[in-house]
Amino acid sequence: MRAMVYRGPYKIRVEEKDIPPIEHPNDAIVRVTTAAICGSDLHLYHGMMPDTRVGMTFGHEFVGVVHDVGSSVQNLAVGDRVMVPFNVYCGSCYFCSRGLFSNCHNVNPNATAVGGIYGYSHTCGGYDGGQAEYVRVPFADVGPSKIPDWMDEVDAVLLTDALPTGYFGAQLGDIVEGDTVVVFGAGPVGLFAAKSAWLMGAGRVIVIDHLEYRLEKARTFAHAETYNFAEYGDIVVHLKKATDYLGADVVIDAVGAEADGNFLQHVTATKLKLQGGSPVALNWAIDSVRKGGTVSVVGAYGPIFTAVKFGDAVNKGLTLRMNQCPVKRQWPRLFEHIRNGYLKPSDIVTHHVPLEHIAEGYHMFSAKLDGCIKPLIISTAD
Amino acid sequence: MTEPASPYTAGKPMPKESAAALMARIPGWGADLDPKDRPSFPREHPGIETGAHWDFPERQQEKWPRERSIEHAILPPVFGTSTPPKGASGAIRKYAYKKYSEARAAHWLLLIAADRVDAWEHHLRSLATLHPDNPLTETGVLSEFTRHGFRSRAGKRRADVSHQWIDPVLVAGPWVLAGLGAVAAVRALTVRALRRPAPRRK
Ligand SMILES: NC(=O)c1ccc[n+]([C@@H]2O[C@H](COP(=O)([O-])OP(=O)(O)OC[C@H]3O[C@@H](n4cnc5c(N)ncnc54)[C@H](O)[C@@H]3O)[C@@H](O)[C@H]2O)c1
Ligand SMILES: [Zn+2]
Ligand SMILES: [Zn+2]
Repeated sequence: MRAMVYRGPYKIRVEEKDIPPIEHPNDAIVRVTTAAICGSDLHLYHGMMPDTRVGMTFGHEFVGVVHDVGSSVQNLAVGDRVMVPFNVYCGSCYFCSRGLFSNCHNVNPNATAVGGIYGYSHTCGGYDGGQAEYVRVPFADVGPSKIPDWMDEVDAVLLTDALPTGYFGAQLGDIVEGDTVVVFGAGPVGLFAAKSAWLMGAGRVIVIDHLEYRLEKARTFAHAETYNFAEYGDIVVHLKKATDYLGADVVIDAVGAEADGNFLQHVTATKLKLQGGSPVALNWAIDSVRKGGTVSVVGAYGPIFTAVKFGDAVNKGLTLRMNQCPVKRQWPRLFEHIRNGYLKPSDIVTHHVPLEHIAEGYHMFSAKLDGCIKPLIISTAD
Repeated sequence: MTEPASPYTAGKPMPKESAAALMARIPGWGADLDPKDRPSFPREHPGIETGAHWDFPERQQEKWPRERSIEHAILPPVFGTSTPPKGASGAIRKYAYKKYSEARAAHWLLLIAADRVDAWEHHLRSLATLHPDNPLTETGVLSEFTRHGFRSRAGKRRADVSHQWIDPVLVAGPWVLAGLGAVAAVRALTVRALRRPAPRRK
């Protein structure tokens, strides 16, 4: 089969690999039809995530058709069209049995602090991912679901990560009616978080980024008020002014480890990997939320220390909430919202890239070229 | 007299828009106002239905000694089998896992170092194959031409443009340095070889 393969920071290529075998009785092998590149993949691509090995296939957002199933699989059959949450999880450990699907303890030998994620380094379990023609899906009776007949394939792929993560980010904010919500980052996750904040009754939603074309999308797709932080000397002061000097009730960090806007943080974190991530957006979130407010973090950070302004968080009495998204827990409600027309996830897709050209897709998405917001990867196997 | 700004008094700032106006403007506004309609509320939901039909999953076969965090009591029953550790990078990785917990900076810094070694091992090895690494195609930079690299940045007030000059230095710098180092080493060796006095014959 054809599969994308990591060759070192900023380098990937497409190679011939064996179709993955069944390794556990509850495994399924899925033939991928559509995959996507996520902002999280950029952290791997830039070499920021420890134990990212040359030869690994990335990709944790994908949908496809069941090609083979292990002996204990009951809920799926060969030929089923399935959507697969980015979390690999067992469904039965201490954490899974309480709904913390992204924090499973039975799927990742390499780290106890992280669950399992497809194609996301050995730190997240060492699973090859779905930017390939075929992928191994462990716990086929737990994670994947058949794609409902009424659902569009593109909406389905966005339901495997970006949409549930954005919605979950808004949820972590514990928004109450009339709240002012600021979202840092107008990528797929930030756009969906902004849109979801309205569903939870926000009175005002403000989105911050430095890419004009993404802010434009935040205005049209997410009905948000927007500011380009590159136009303000100090975006925190600007947000204070914009909120009567009170600060926002809820701030969502949908940027994560590669936050721009500070030269020193960019070089030490993104380039030299001396921090788990650049905390620029997270620190802006801590400083622009009101005292007693909530900061929700869905932006991803590596496991190394990060220079976060913790004192401000303590002194302001903030609630900090965060996690990787437990994707499948969000599905029933999100399915309803899509059916009701409240959410149309496919609206943010900008590019369809054939698997063979994935290296250029990565560069385009990473360098934010050509108005790229969400690139899909189209597989060729049949 | 004007009222002082809001945080200095007890009142909440006036909402900019009424609920009715928001509902009219934004499809679905307030649909999940009640926390009970939010799927991850409360955060922990003991007994949640997951589809698992086991108390503890069957164990996947361990085909090579699987490196694992020393914070784990056992090897978890299921794990990824991508890219087993090999070579010098593999040795560093195994050491990082065996010696240091996730709480230790040394654990992660060693793993990051191993990643750099791994990339070098593979680049060197690829030179001896029919499919050597090609920075031009593998970095995808050709999309700068097909995807409007110039137009996407020029006059756009993007924050990343301010550090773009240093990015190639930091990314390509180690390669250039290593190249220069290799040239210097070869030179030093040849010079030394030439200078060495010829062995005296009896
Ligand atoms: N918690 C989870 O489960 C989960 C799931 C998916 C993605 N993520 C993380 O969410 C983050 C966003 O993902 P994405 O796919 O939207 O990525 P993306 O790269 O498309 O978007 C990030 C956006 O942040 C902007 N940005 C950079 N610095 C900023 C700053 N200082 N302030 C405001 N905006 C800034 C960028 O211009 C970009 O538009 C990533 O860190 C990703 O790893 C987390
Ligand atoms: Zn992701
Ligand atoms: Zn589990």
